[in-house]
Amino acid sequence: MAARIQIPREAKRGEVIEIRILIQHAMETGYRHDDVGHLIKRNVINVLSCRYNAVEVFRADLSSGISANPYVQFYTVAEASGDFEFTWIDDEGEQGSERRSIVVKG
Amino acid sequence: MRRARVALAAAALVAGVVLAQERAIAPGELKSGAAFLGSDLRALQNDDFANPGMLWVERGEKLWREPAGKNSLACAGCHKDQSMRGVAARYPRIDGANAKLLNLEGRINQCRTERMGAEPLRFESGELLALTAYISRQSLGVPIAVGIGGSSRARFEAGRASYHQRRGQMNLSCAHCHDAQWGKRLLSETISQGHPNAYPAYRMEWQAMGSLQRRIRACLSGIRAEMLPYGSQEHLDLELFLAWRAQGLPVETPGVRR
Repeated sequence: MAARIQIPREAKRGEVIEIRILIQHAMETGYRHDDVGHLIKRNVINVLSCRYNAVEVFRADLSSGISANPYVQFYTVAEASGDFEFTWIDDEGEQGSERRSIVVKG
Repeated sequence: MRRARVALAAAALVAGVVLAQERAIAPGELKSGAAFLGSDLRALQNDDFANPGMLWVERGEKLWREPAGKNSLACAGCHKDQSMRGVAARYPRIDGANAKLLNLEGRINQCRTERMGAEPLRFESGELLALTAYISRQSLGVPIAVGIGGSSRARFEAGRASYHQRRGQMNLSCAHCHDAQWGKRLLSETISQGHPNAYPAYRMEWQAMGSLQRRIRACLSGIRAEMLPYGSQEHLDLELFLAWRAQGLPVETPGVRR
């Protein structure tokens, strides 16, 4: 699962930083039918989580109402240099993860 | 001789005047599809990060460098660091070697089969959309400028005829909406001028990226007409005519549309 993630490379300690995520996923709702009338099984990213230096700072439970290729944006406080680790999983168990580093000054 | 030259110049002048008059929408009145969007979608298109079409552009960049086919060649193997800026703005165009009209998708597949020894990519496949989007993105802001002279002329005329052809149960041609009624409402939608400069584009209705031909098929289905097959000659001719109609509009790929 391809994803685009944007976090600032550098921040001042205590600064509120914006984090943006765009994940490529069909987010099949479970309400659609295929050409022969069979229901297409739901397959959406159901959990998206972000850990900042191993502490979870953001978590979203997504469901059928979220569009394909979901875009998520949130804010957190820059506390220390280190890693942001993003993980997500869909209904079929396929997992994705990405890691981004930040340098915190001051 | 001089008289002949004068006559030729006069003929060219007349042709130029006729060509200018043939435009249903004056160049100064051209509006990209983005002008008919709500401010939210326009903002999404202009956001280089959040524009979902950029997922395809990024994938295209990877594919560009990936070797494929019997010759183990990548696009980047031949084109090296050469920029593709401006290329998408010149398509569809006639391929010199076999005098066939090719759109950008067709050009990519021709490169694959003839140079890379690879299978052509399927229409609307993720790979073909990604590569087309990646190449088109490099022409961001470049005004569309297709050639319709010489061997392109016949294809252009066919495209023009196709554009003005009434079709389907509603008996409408493209011109009935996109030349005569643009800017007015069709239920909740504002009718656009029907320009191709943002394609491949991410359409909310599709929840995915799609080619110009997919968009044309959606229009045909909307007027209850038979949809043209992907890659058909009529589709290509129509694409050439649409590009000429949009001459001067900047490329916006990947556009975001309703």
